[in-house]
Amino acid sequence: MLLTISTTARPATDLGFLLHKHPDRVQEFGQSFGTATVFYPEAGERRCTAALLLDVDPIALARSRGKGSPDFSLSQYVNDRPYAASSLLAVALADVFRTARAGRCAARPELPGTPLPLEIGLPALPCRGGPELAGRLFEPLGWTVSAQAVPLDEGFPEWGDSRYVRLSLSGTVRLADALNHLYVLLPVLDDAKHYWIAPDEVDKLVRAGGGWLRGHPERGLISRRYLGRRWALARTALARLAELGDEPEERLEPAVAEEPAAGETAADELAAAAGSWPARDRPDDGPRDGEVPDRGTGDAGDGEAEPKARPLAVQRREAVLRTLEDLGAVSVIDLGCGQGALVGALLATPRFARVAGMDVSAMALTIAARKLRPERMPDSKRARLTLFQGALTYTDKRLSGYDAAVLMEVVEHVDPPRLAALERVVFGHARPEHVIVTTPNIEYNVRYEFLTGLRHPDHRFEWTRAEFAGWAARVAGEHGYRVTLRPVGEEDPEVGPPTQMGVFTRDQRS
Amino acid sequence: MISVPELSLVVLVGVSGSGKSTFAARHFRPTQVISSDFCRGLVSDDENDQSATPAAFELLHHIVGTRLSRGLLTVVDATNVQYAARKALIDLARRHDVLADAIVLDVPEEVAIRRNAARPERDFGAGVVIRQRKDLRRSLGKISRDGFRKVHVLRGLDAIDDATVSYEKAWTDRRDLTGPFDIIGDVHGCRAELESLLRRLGWVIERVGGQAVSARHPEARTAVFVGDLVDRGPDTPGVLRLVMGMVEAGAAICVAGNHEQKLVRALNGRAVKTTHGLRESLDQLGAGPPEFAERARAFMDGLISHYRLDGGRLVVAHAGLKEAYHGRASGRVRAFALYGDTTGETDEYGLPVRYPWAEEYRGRAMVVYGHTPTVHPEWVNNTICLDTGCVFGGSLTALRYPERELVQVPAEQVWYASVKPLGGPARDPAMLDIGDVQGTRHVETRFGTRVKVLEENAAAALEVMSRFAVDPRWLVYLPPTMAPPETSRLDGFLEHPHEAFEEFAAAGVTEVVCEEKHMGSRAVAVLARTPEVAAARFGVTDGGSGTVYTRTGRPFFGDLAPLVDGLREACEPLWTALGSDWVALDCELLPWSAKAGELIRAQYASVGAAARAALPEAVSALEAAAGRGLDVGGLLDRTRRRAGNAALFRDAYARYCWPVDGLDGVRLAPFQILACEGRATALEPHAWHLSTLALLDSPLITPTRHVFVSLDSAESRAGAVAWWEALTAAGGEGMVVKPAVHTPGRVQPGVKVRGREYLRIIYGPDYTESLDVLRRRFLGKKRSMALREHALGLEALSRLADGDPGWRVHEPVFAVLALESEPVDPRL
Repeated sequence: MLLTISTTARPATDLGFLLHKHPDRVQEFGQSFGTATVFYPEAGERRCTAALLLDVDPIALARSRGKGSPDFSLSQYVNDRPYAASSLLAVALADVFRTARAGRCAARPELPGTPLPLEIGLPALPCRGGPELAGRLFEPLGWTVSAQAVPLDEGFPEWGDSRYVRLSLSGTVRLADALNHLYVLLPVLDDAKHYWIAPDEVDKLVRAGGGWLRGHPERGLISRRYLGRRWALARTALARLAELGDEPEERLEPAVAEEPAAGETAADELAAAAGSWPARDRPDDGPRDGEVPDRGTGDAGDGEAEPKARPLAVQRREAVLRTLEDLGAVSVIDLGCGQGALVGALLATPRFARVAGMDVSAMALTIAARKLRPERMPDSKRARLTLFQGALTYTDKRLSGYDAAVLMEVVEHVDPPRLAALERVVFGHARPEHVIVTTPNIEYNVRYEFLTGLRHPDHRFEWTRAEFAGWAARVAGEHGYRVTLRPVGEEDPEVGPPTQMGVFTRDQRS
Repeated sequence: MISVPELSLVVLVGVSGSGKSTFAARHFRPTQVISSDFCRGLVSDDENDQSATPAAFELLHHIVGTRLSRGLLTVVDATNVQYAARKALIDLARRHDVLADAIVLDVPEEVAIRRNAARPERDFGAGVVIRQRKDLRRSLGKISRDGFRKVHVLRGLDAIDDATVSYEKAWTDRRDLTGPFDIIGDVHGCRAELESLLRRLGWVIERVGGQAVSARHPEARTAVFVGDLVDRGPDTPGVLRLVMGMVEAGAAICVAGNHEQKLVRALNGRAVKTTHGLRESLDQLGAGPPEFAERARAFMDGLISHYRLDGGRLVVAHAGLKEAYHGRASGRVRAFALYGDTTGETDEYGLPVRYPWAEEYRGRAMVVYGHTPTVHPEWVNNTICLDTGCVFGGSLTALRYPERELVQVPAEQVWYASVKPLGGPARDPAMLDIGDVQGTRHVETRFGTRVKVLEENAAAALEVMSRFAVDPRWLVYLPPTMAPPETSRLDGFLEHPHEAFEEFAAAGVTEVVCEEKHMGSRAVAVLARTPEVAAARFGVTDGGSGTVYTRTGRPFFGDLAPLVDGLREACEPLWTALGSDWVALDCELLPWSAKAGELIRAQYASVGAAARAALPEAVSALEAAAGRGLDVGGLLDRTRRRAGNAALFRDAYARYCWPVDGLDGVRLAPFQILACEGRATALEPHAWHLSTLALLDSPLITPTRHVFVSLDSAESRAGAVAWWEALTAAGGEGMVVKPAVHTPGRVQPGVKVRGREYLRIIYGPDYTESLDVLRRRFLGKKRSMALREHALGLEALSRLADGDPGWRVHEPVFAVLALESEPVDPRL
């Protein structure tokens, strides 16, 4: 809500010319979500400070976003927007200091091009990633950064630090650049979900990032965060349930990674417009479910792609495809299809005449549909595809009638007491001729250097090879199947393969 | 007079201009009549566009089919003078298992031609009518062989004008019989056991010459036999004599079994294999007088496939009946009722493999049947099989309806060797089906409302339910949302007890209870006395003996066992008090931070932290500007006030946070006993709940403070207001005001009156600055949601108390979760 910009240039009051705001006046600027006021707490020859105080009216903010907005939940009323230097402050700054940001100054044409000694103060900057990230973002731009974490609540020291930092920047920088740094980086640090999802955001980023973004070492993170999480739109109903259960909304996010679709607009445009950073448009290379990547995949997120071994997710999918072909399956249903990577691969293989994907997450299905783009498929291909929402703990007629069902990295997302229901639904009711189950081998986890706990926060368990074998044998026996177990991924002599696969085939008699 | 079945397809037959539409309009409701002209108009904008005829008939068939599947009498107004047109309609009727009648309007040719000529839109010449009439003449000779139940021919204008239409009830329709009934399973010639069973049920058997010839019940109950009276057993004639007497005396009804069917065929002289005990019946009947055999043959021949009883709430058929066939008439309905749904395969004993229709049954009517011997009769989705294999040495079983009580007598001996050991059908009534929850659905409740669940809300609920909720067998209830009262006009308040009292007084409530609202997380505790009880009552066999879950059905802690064990111990006094060894409690779990810690830190404490970091600096900056003589007065005042509000906000949430370590520091405040064995206790008065819960004495339990208020007394009201003020001044969240006893109708089951400081957590630190804006809040949707969810909650508990199968309990519970995902102002 508060931004101060100080300079010690002589005369310091030139700041008023640069900002196009007179140091002896208090000026108000209406915003859709409140009022921005510019005033000067000090205006001397040696030091001059301009303050932008943004008074956010939470009620106006909520109303300006309408009922259909994704944040139709309590958090839109009780939120930090009135206090924190959020993306709203960036919006106000862009509006109030438009001319200054463009580097124009009619009264002192030489001033905008001159780097000045500047100090910028933000008492409560939301900074996801901690004080250290603020340094990583601002230091390459020529700033000296002081970022102190704000404690969450002095009464509860055990709660630790809040996500806010008290940020002070000092450096000799052109004012227009300084404003553009703030305009781009405030929302990046804020990383709030809901405030940046307009189609023209890419243009704005490219304009504001003009000269400096291309060479910034964190440009990948900056562009991704700036463009926001575009899937947020679908969430309203789910978000309400999260809140009702006293949980942060993120807890209900589907167990799939949020990756941009291949060829989807924003990332590509940005890559084309802003230069050479690697396009992150290869969902097929990402790990399924956002799990721990295999050794060698390195940083699947921000960094440059290095030459690497084929990711485990790809190996796993290939193993499943090969197995399905060997089994002679013609119709296949992917139970827990997530973003549809396997479904897409199945569709790409004409021998699979009927392909279905089921998932419990409506959002995952939306993403899958965006990636698969059925509306662009020829009729004959589209006719092979079915996507629908369902849950593996409910019997469901739609699951029947396929040669093979695939449970790829799914069972470990089911609470152990509900596994029996899943077994009944898949092996008892749907009863396809073949069922392929893959699941992590927990013994292999010791080979992941940085892994603590399970491979994905939503995993309810992971099995050893013996546990999986025991489960598979019991399920096969109870439901009249035979099962063979196969390794997926490079097998470690000591701890086995990273993924284990069970291939179940129904007994002819049953 | 023309009489057609109440549910049938009535096919009008007549040339253009024969007056079909006029006839239909005179005798049937407009919605019952589907005319080809109308359909042609719908698909072409021109009722006479003959090129649209194929599309028009496709539409007509679709409409007719939809009506028939929904059980509606339907009249087809089209010429139908050609066999192919009628055949298509008869096939359609058969597909929906309804009978079809034809009504032929046969008018003189010149009348039809004259009428058409008088109608300018029918510009076709006389030739069309002449051709149609030729077709009709050709049809009339053999129309009786088309497959209609009856063909009613009206010859000439007078006959058509004088005709009246009446309705015949279906033979299967005995909805007028309301019981009470004693429904008796497969007897198979076991006369002695039948007599014992009838006596056990209180029947008085009438005898002539030592032979039981009839029976009557002093309380005028009606016996219902599910068929298979005959074959295999020692005295088929004796059983028939008794049952025929009861039926003739109006004390019993009987549906046909497959054994009667086959015995009739044999008695009619048809060549049938005399296996499966048929030989015994033929021998026994042959040993008696031929008149008796003939009487028995006629009786058995007249038995019909199934009955709908008691207003449609009860269906009896020998082998059961799926819902789509209830009240229908066709060959396959009869085959299903007599033989069941078979897969066409035979098992290792050479017996047909039966399709488990009951597992998929979702109908509202109770279906009682026999046919498949089982050891113990078991309820499967509101259906029950009463064949307990008496003739094989099992027992003879009766079901008392509506009491749902089973009465059995054991077989006196093994009368006939079974080729296959008796065994129950494989089933799991707790197995849920996606059809129980997905899509836009309507959930029937017995509390005055039928609740609609929208597809997108069901989708969100499915995700939460299947990914995060506790095992649905434990999830017997989800608490409904609760609305605040009308907004207060009092200075400084959004909510005040006054409006709550006014609201209930206006609804005719005289006494309310005000219960302290504990600020924690809403919790439902389902507790069984022992793991064995959990297994027997809830079917949970993993050794668990209870659960505690949140408003969205999620388990409270990763390891629930310590909390559950602590609560079971604390609830020890309830087992005797309730006469139940399990209980479901509605509670608040304290502190709020125990469950909501992450949310508090991410949302509430963060807001506080940002405010406390930013506002003092803003104040200093403004003070510096003011020091320079700038006019920032208003803004400075406001910012100072906001700094104060931020501190109050922090205090408001911090009050409900305290550290917990395991169970240390966790407390549960139960305020309502939702259900126990056989009782949906949620319907009991609140005085009962509070006094029963007062029996609990454990450090884990926090009592719920409360006052009862007589709404007629200003003094009583004032006392409660003072109580609320003290409660909230001391940092309490507020109170809940509820009618003291369950009040049916559109009366809120409770409203929450929240304290002024607590509302900062809800409306934001500065809400007191903008009370006038906030007062314009809209309560209607929240209040309607509260009523609907309340009805669903009570319905779930009632179904649980009735011992309904798991999916029946799950349906309304799931609906509550789905409704909760509807967008409504979250601050209410």
